[in-house]
Amino acid sequence: MARRVAVGDRVADWIFPPRGAERGPVMLTQRRIYIIPSRQGWLFAATLMLMLLGSINYSLGLGYVLTFLLAGLGVVGMLHTWRNLAHLQIQPGRVDPVFAGESARFGVVLINPAGFGRVSIGCDRAEAVVAFADVGPRDAATVAVEVPTVARGMLPFGRFRLFTGYPVGLFYAWSRLELDLTALVYPKPEAGEPALPVTADRDGDAGLRGRGTDDFAGLRDYHPGDPPRHIAWKSAARSDRLYTKLFEGSSGRELLLDWADTPMANAPEARLSRLARWVLMADERGCDYGLQLPGRRIPPSNGNSHRHACLEALALFDARGTGNPGVPTATGEQP
Amino acid sequence: MRGFEPRPLDTGRVLALLVCIAALLAPHATRVPVWITSVAAAAFGARAVFAWRGYGMPPQWMLAALAVVAAAGIWVSYGALFGRDAAVALLILMLALKLMELRSTRDAFVLIVLGYFLVITAFLYSQSMPTALYLVACVLGVTACLVAFQYRQQRPSILATLRTSAAMLAQAAPLMLVLFVLFPRVQGPLWGLPQATSRGVTGLSDSMAPGSLSNLSLTDGVAFRVDFTAPIPASGQLYWRGPVMWEFDGRTWRAGESPGVPADSIQTTGDPIRYSVTLEAHETHWLFALDVPAQVVDGSRLTGDLQMIAARPVRNRFRYDMSSHLSYRFGVDETAVNLQRARRLPPGFNPRALALAGQWRSETDSARAIVQRALAMFRQQPFYYTLVPPELGRDSVDEFLFDSRRGFCEHFASSFVFLMRAAGVAARVVTGYQGGVVNPLGDYLIVRQSEAHAWAEVWVEGEGWLRVDPTAAVSPQRIDAGIAAALADGEPLPLLVRTDNAFLRQMRFGLDAMANGWNQWVLGYSPERQMRLFQRVGFSAANWQNLVIALLAVTGLVLGVLSIVVLRRLRRAAPDPLLRAWDLLSRRLAAVSPRLARRPHEGPEDYLRRTAAACPQARDALGRICRLYADARYGPAPQNQAAVELRRLIRNLKLPSAVR
Repeated sequence: MARRVAVGDRVADWIFPPRGAERGPVMLTQRRIYIIPSRQGWLFAATLMLMLLGSINYSLGLGYVLTFLLAGLGVVGMLHTWRNLAHLQIQPGRVDPVFAGESARFGVVLINPAGFGRVSIGCDRAEAVVAFADVGPRDAATVAVEVPTVARGMLPFGRFRLFTGYPVGLFYAWSRLELDLTALVYPKPEAGEPALPVTADRDGDAGLRGRGTDDFAGLRDYHPGDPPRHIAWKSAARSDRLYTKLFEGSSGRELLLDWADTPMANAPEARLSRLARWVLMADERGCDYGLQLPGRRIPPSNGNSHRHACLEALALFDARGTGNPGVPTATGEQP
Repeated sequence: MRGFEPRPLDTGRVLALLVCIAALLAPHATRVPVWITSVAAAAFGARAVFAWRGYGMPPQWMLAALAVVAAAGIWVSYGALFGRDAAVALLILMLALKLMELRSTRDAFVLIVLGYFLVITAFLYSQSMPTALYLVACVLGVTACLVAFQYRQQRPSILATLRTSAAMLAQAAPLMLVLFVLFPRVQGPLWGLPQATSRGVTGLSDSMAPGSLSNLSLTDGVAFRVDFTAPIPASGQLYWRGPVMWEFDGRTWRAGESPGVPADSIQTTGDPIRYSVTLEAHETHWLFALDVPAQVVDGSRLTGDLQMIAARPVRNRFRYDMSSHLSYRFGVDETAVNLQRARRLPPGFNPRALALAGQWRSETDSARAIVQRALAMFRQQPFYYTLVPPELGRDSVDEFLFDSRRGFCEHFASSFVFLMRAAGVAARVVTGYQGGVVNPLGDYLIVRQSEAHAWAEVWVEGEGWLRVDPTAAVSPQRIDAGIAAALADGEPLPLLVRTDNAFLRQMRFGLDAMANGWNQWVLGYSPERQMRLFQRVGFSAANWQNLVIALLAVTGLVLGVLSIVVLRRLRRAAPDPLLRAWDLLSRRLAAVSPRLARRPHEGPEDYLRRTAAACPQARDALGRICRLYADARYGPAPQNQAAVELRRLIRNLKLPSAVR
């Protein structure tokens, strides 16, 4: 069956060449939806043939009635199956970055402008488990597809199928599309807790940890991206606003996570893994940290967006010429 | 086709499927041997418990062993594995075993398809309207199960799946109708001979003993229905000829060997009357026609005593066109052998009747005079026509003629023919049906088993065989007005034959008209009828090529309409009711002043502010409306209810006729 579908896809590609990733909402018009009988549909048709023969042999008037009623059901089922997919609007949904080795969760948003509900819309992408979603009338739903990741970088969702067998399962209707939907895959952090580059200075650790509440410097309004552990929860409970606690930064050392500090002997990917681990460890400790890569420098800071910027830089780092990176930063943004 | 792989089942859907399949099987419960019903019931129960408690299924080898045992059981019960009854029983057992390996959606689908097939097997035994209604309900349930198994995300509600399947079946109905009427019909059977469709059918047989016809009269089954193209002849002429009895053994009349071909041509006067008969299955060979048939049904033959004999027993309802001559003369030069046979009597029976006939014989030579004597005796002496005659002993004719004098038509016919033969007049007993009830609702004649009748034929030199009905001498009403009128009150007539309750009678006619339409158009829609319908519609060449063209054309048309119906909600996405109500407010305010129409960017709060400033007297009402809209639009409350309320508020809103 899988082979036949592949042939079908090839034919479809030949008639309607792939148009590349589409950005906006894609309307599933009739030219984009294909439908064929499923294996169950063929079994059903064979049974109907038997029933017709029986009706002829025994001159069963009601046998004809039932046979033709079920044949009608099959035809109506085809219309309904097609309708279940037709005129859906598809747009790319949310994709959170993941570390290599984890599963990326791609969201495909299905918008149903019609006055009837859509049931059991499946999303089928190679290497991923098939995921299903129902969409109510004039409602939207997200079908979340988990794709396992192997390597860091940008992982495009690529071409996928939306398909359905609802309501009778005798037909398989599908549409192939490609959305502008990519997941950012961070390098896999190295296992364990490799020493941070500043550990040459033993008290650096202590100093970092010592930046507790002692050096509390005051409050300011919370900005998205501030680390949650710096939120002044007590103040938040008193008023309905969020404040971020500020600490004296003078005693805290700024960490610089440098490509050069990673073991030269390691392969570039391993060095990136080490750097990813360091970013996580530094973020855990709440200190300011910067990242130094060949050709790219991210000044020290902290918070979620900073962490993301660092990991993204690692994810997109072009390791081919580590001396002269020439990193394609089309999708990477400076913090 | 990824995503269509079999997957495990959940308890709710398994139980629903079990209920639907069990309902499908229910009509078979009493038709198969008790052990099969018990095994099937046990399988359903066990599977339900497995599903309920989450037990595992029995292993494969055990099922294989059970299948072998089941087949052996069928062999023992039926003496065969194939043939209709055995095959149905085997199918039921295999389905019961399949329940024991109902694990995945694939198994469920196989069960559903088997279920559809089982409905057809139920039609082998009964195609009545109630059966059809019941099984349509079952098909609805099974289809709902099919729909339920397609839900991958949420658990479907029973109501939603039933609604979906009902809607789809309703949309399938027009297609079914087109296919039913136009799909080129083939005359079965394609293989083998269909076996008896029903057991224990009642009807006339080739023998007649005292009590056999009166027993038959107690059943109200329909023997056949007749459509006349011309006005229906008077009841006294409606003699439907069946088996003719030649041999008498002192108690029972038997048909014996029928004379092969009519001895001479039948002489008739006038035009024949035309009609068509829809004969119910009665498992014997007789086809019924009014005396005397002017034609022979295809595939049957006419015997020398004018019985129409079909080549095969009538096992399915069967419709044939007939014509008959009501005034006729036949058998004028009957062979001496046959006349000899029609005078034979068993020795040593009924001495008193023999003596009476001998006395008539000595007084006159004329056959007609002897017939008149006998009829006069029936008329003048106190004979009673009754459905519950007393038991008769060895000399049944004597006891009836001289002692009890209470009898049904077979008593009169039997004793009359006995007297004739004893007096040297050739005579024979004819059985069949007499009369019939006109259904005013369908303008056709219903002939029931209760109209079964026996009369006599005597042979008169120069005139041939003449019909003499001794019952008419005793009870003219029986012939003119039917059996119900002829019998005294309190006779045990079947309910459907009684005429005393007008409402019941009306209902009975209504039901029979429905049953007749059902038989004619649903069950009896044959290749012939299809062609005839086509000719009537105006296709001169009603061949299958034209049928296929018509089928394709009409199917295409119906499909087009269906697509419009199914897909209409796609094209014009129904705007949401809340928005419609909200737009209504804008229209009403715009009617006051065009600048009060809602601007595209305006939310409820801004719009309220602006309009309330323009019409301060409506400030409170507008505030309520805008709050309700905002709550419904952005809050968790159900929107449709709010939309109704919103419309009401907006309609009742009092606005000034103009604003500054």
